[in-house]
Amino acid sequence: MKPPIAPYAFIAPALLLLLAFGVLPVVVALLVSVTDLDLAGLADWANVGFVGLENYRELLADHGFWQALANTGIYAVFGVPAVVVASLAVALLLNRSENRFFRALRAFYFVPAVTAIVAVSLVWGYLYNTRFGLLNHLLSLVGLPPAQWLGDSVLVKFSVALVAVWRGTGLNIIIFLAALKGIPREYLEAAALDGASELRKITSIVLPLLRFAILFVTVTTVIAWLQLFDEPYVLTKGGPLGRSTSISLFLYQEGFAAGRFGYAGAGTLVLFLVIAGATLVQMRARRFDADH
Amino acid sequence: MRITDSRGTTAVIGAVLGVGALITAFPFVWMVSGSVKPRSESVGHPPRILPREPTPQYFTQLFEEMDFGRYLVNTVAVVLISMTGVVLMAMAGYGFAKFRFRGRGPLFFLVLATMMVPVQVTMIPTYLLLDGVRLTDTLAGVALPGLVSGFSVFLFRQFISTVPTETIEAARIDGAGEVRVFWHIVLPLCRPIMAVQIILTFIGSWNSFLWPLIIATDQRYYTLSVGVSLLNRQIATNPSLQMAGATLMVVPVLIVFVVFQRSIVRGFTLSGLK
Repeated sequence: MKPPIAPYAFIAPALLLLLAFGVLPVVVALLVSVTDLDLAGLADWANVGFVGLENYRELLADHGFWQALANTGIYAVFGVPAVVVASLAVALLLNRSENRFFRALRAFYFVPAVTAIVAVSLVWGYLYNTRFGLLNHLLSLVGLPPAQWLGDSVLVKFSVALVAVWRGTGLNIIIFLAALKGIPREYLEAAALDGASELRKITSIVLPLLRFAILFVTVTTVIAWLQLFDEPYVLTKGGPLGRSTSISLFLYQEGFAAGRFGYAGAGTLVLFLVIAGATLVQMRARRFDADH
Repeated sequence: MRITDSRGTTAVIGAVLGVGALITAFPFVWMVSGSVKPRSESVGHPPRILPREPTPQYFTQLFEEMDFGRYLVNTVAVVLISMTGVVLMAMAGYGFAKFRFRGRGPLFFLVLATMMVPVQVTMIPTYLLLDGVRLTDTLAGVALPGLVSGFSVFLFRQFISTVPTETIEAARIDGAGEVRVFWHIVLPLCRPIMAVQIILTFIGSWNSFLWPLIIATDQRYYTLSVGVSLLNRQIATNPSLQMAGATLMVVPVLIVFVVFQRSIVRGFTLSGLK
């Protein structure tokens, strides 16, 4: 006869931690977002007042919030297709052969995915440097004028996004390669016997069979890009003049640099809704696509 | 004819991928080379890929003039604390996989639901909660929020479900207690998934940045990631020092990656197919 307490003892530690750091914070965020909690309030709870939806109202009137939201949208609109297409293309090419050379190459493409973003952002910052960076030197070699990689209000978005694309492809290449392994060889051999070209095999057999993997990678990549934080934090701190701020960076700055916890708390819940909404829309689009 | 043709194509694709691989890996080459260049070379013109007079002086400076020795110890401590999370998640996975008990369904749903909450939502409340229990500016505070992930509990449950229940029952009939059954029967059977989880936990906690940045305001509790991000202020003055800091952070993970590439890829594939 099993002692009935055993299963609870096994799950309790993990469950308590998940409750404390996964569930409780959502409740606290909801509560905090309707208060004016700031550093003074943190020191003494008597300084905290209920403000209702004031934080949300102020957020919607905040130029910085809209700028960060727009930047994040721009990052996602250009970054997500770039990541999905690049990782799919590399995975298809890597899948061409199983020989040693091709297997060894995989590691090079995977490795940006496991290294610390903070550290690699520093390296990219050095490459982008306008006085002694390598990239401007390369431009000068082909006779082009130096670029203000992180100083120009338009180019800075590209520069930050490029680092995130570079980092984001590795994991997705792994997922696509695993999905490609699942495609039965017979399908491709039968198509080859019928005289189908390589391109035809990819468009008519491989891509349709990868539909689920492509959807999965797209959804997770969108979520990741809506949460973009480390790259702009290390490369630019959001500058120049907020031109590269992401929504996460904006909320971090409001919450911790400015100490406006209630205000930033309201912002995080808006972000949560944006992410959940974007995910739902994509799932819907996929279902619509499958039905018709 | 067709075969040579297809071999030719494969060779061309191999060459293209080779060039792509070199470009992808180039920032790491630039980082390591920059870390041993004297400052005059790292800001010099024209830039050179290999250092002419390599010097370890910036690594020495990180440890002797800055506090990187302490950051390194803190990071290792955070990694070790995080490893206890792997055991907790294995325990929970076992509880959900091999026991029938009241509330199992709803509790497991709760575990899965935590996966959907983005870190931005939890960041401020978690800071407030940890502040409330006086855990800000402690290494435990840095490690605690990421100690357990709902998804890993799910993976452990899936894996342990495939372990034959007879093995466990046999041990119970022999009179083994629950703790003993878990420690001596279940955990050894979990070795493949444990390996994956341990490596991913190492990489995740070694690299983690947002929590250490938020929780540690006192420099004595900084981890390497926070220390390295502070080197950003040096950008105008000393890229060599920055590259030395970045190298210190990246090279251990590169070594782990090269040694355990198979497990890491398997782990990412698992987490990719959730």
